Amino acid sequence: MIESSLQRLRARPSIPRRLRRFLGDPPAVLGFAIVAAAVLVAALVHLLPLPDPTELNLQDRLLPPSWQFPLGADHLGRDELSRLLYGTRTTLGLAGISLTIIMGIALVVGGVSGYYGGWLDTGLMVVDLLLAFPSLILGIAVAGILGPSLMNVMIAVSVVWWAGYARVIRGMVLSARQRGYVEAARAIGASDHRIVVYHIARNILGPFVVLATLDMGWIILGIAGLNFLGLGAQPPTPEWGAMLNDSRSYLQTAPRLLFFPGAAICLLVLGFNLLGDGLRDLLDPTTYPR
Amino acid sequence: MNGYLIRRLLTLPALILGITLISFLLLNFAPGDAAEITLRRQNGGIAAPQEAILALRRELGLDDPLPVRYVRWVSGALRGDLGDSYRTGNSISAELARRLPSTLLLASVSLALAVAVGIPLGVLAALKRGSSLDVASRLLALLGAAVPSYVLALLLMLFFAVKLDWLPALGYGSPKNLALPALALSFGVMAQLMRLTRATMLDALGQDYMRTARAKGLSEAALVWGHALKNALIPVVTVMGTSAGQMLGGAVIIETIFGWPGVGQFVVVGISQRDYPVVQGFVLYLAVVFLIVNLAVDSIYRWLDPSLHFGRQPA
Repeated sequence: MIESSLQRLRARPSIPRRLRRFLGDPPAVLGFAIVAAAVLVAALVHLLPLPDPTELNLQDRLLPPSWQFPLGADHLGRDELSRLLYGTRTTLGLAGISLTIIMGIALVVGGVSGYYGGWLDTGLMVVDLLLAFPSLILGIAVAGILGPSLMNVMIAVSVVWWAGYARVIRGMVLSARQRGYVEAARAIGASDHRIVVYHIARNILGPFVVLATLDMGWIILGIAGLNFLGLGAQPPTPEWGAMLNDSRSYLQTAPRLLFFPGAAICLLVLGFNLLGDGLRDLLDPTTYPR
Repeated sequence: MNGYLIRRLLTLPALILGITLISFLLLNFAPGDAAEITLRRQNGGIAAPQEAILALRRELGLDDPLPVRYVRWVSGALRGDLGDSYRTGNSISAELARRLPSTLLLASVSLALAVAVGIPLGVLAALKRGSSLDVASRLLALLGAAVPSYVLALLLMLFFAVKLDWLPALGYGSPKNLALPALALSFGVMAQLMRLTRATMLDALGQDYMRTARAKGLSEAALVWGHALKNALIPVVTVMGTSAGQMLGGAVIIETIFGWPGVGQFVVVGISQRDYPVVQGFVLYLAVVFLIVNLAVDSIYRWLDPSLHFGRQPA
């Protein structure tokens, strides 16, 4: 009862009102459209009538765009459009799985450390200090030592990113724990489990989603960067960073091989950034109205 | 201040030791056997007989327990000896020392460029809020966050080296060689600094001390550049520590693209050849550089805002 009246006091905007506000923010809608399109392509690309992205046809190498090859053929005669679209699955998939791993670890470690404190809290601070190093260098080192593979790229990205996340979650839980509603819930005898799940989790969900969306851009850049260095996808797997690396030898003859994957990476990152900014404005009442 | 610096200096060795431990443990999980790789290189790519591998393993001390090998590596590193490259057999410390100036040159010129363009642009965008310049700066910020340095590097190379033939695409030695890599490396950080400066500057312009200063009859220029900017820069300097790290990290990719003979290129070759001691030495080397940079940034902080009490900063 206390909980519901407190919520009424805080007068959250209703879902339709929030939706209307979101739709009134064109950059955010654009971001949502880009991200949604990329997710759809990644999920359904195998249903599209595309040639095999790994099939070599050396007589077609570096062919310019035509009806047969809408974006031309790459240096091994593979269909560029098909590789680009299948590449969405590789790049976005890697980023999505990495983000899930990171969030999982960070939620547990950050949550427990923020709620209970103690030695775990100290331990987290030490790990965080160690991981304060430039993430790309650390990612390159980890992926380099483990050897080039898609799996190791995900491991490298997760190892590098989880601690920073855990610290943010810890901060959110810590500040949520000191709020009146948690105290109120404890006063009426709620268990730790109930407080964490019903009170704290619900209140940090919004900022958490914003953070994850904004960070997706960084993760994609990092993953494409590792692949660009040859640390991830091995031929013939289509992946944007690896495609960019392949294009380097053909800057003179076929610069489009640079443009397409380059534009794809930038567009997807831009999409996540715009969507994240929009969601932040939406969930944070202090930034509205601007 | 001195107490703070001393405390920071004391934690440095602990942090560096932690880094060496992590990189050593990771290396231990790495596939491939040092003795086998070394022998294969010496034999020109032919696999060596099993007895020879075992003999070399014993000689290199690879059969010793993990803690023994770790202590041996760290004590070597303390004496400035990071071991020899599997690939070339050369001393890694010597190679890193030879290449570090190139990387530092690239990173520092890029950072200077980012600061010299990003901060004034951010100030102007804040002063002329809502103008077309402000709108342009927002677009620039979006682009800077979305265009990775390696894509920008290839685009710059395509236009300025391949199409227009104004600047060399590869090479090292002249300022002309530095232009494209520095531009590619600085763009993202520049956009980030600009965006942050704009925000903190807007915040500073609305503060009470600005009204006080204006009431004192200070000129508008003194107000903006002396009072507001100095306060607006404090958070910007914090971010610059991270930026310096980003530069060093980004340099790894940029060096590879432009054939820049820095430590980044060295380690990328090392990684692709599974030359583990090189990777390990590189991680340690950059950890040290990074920590020193961070310390320097903290000192600039102190100079900008003497009211800060170090060691008791809010988290």
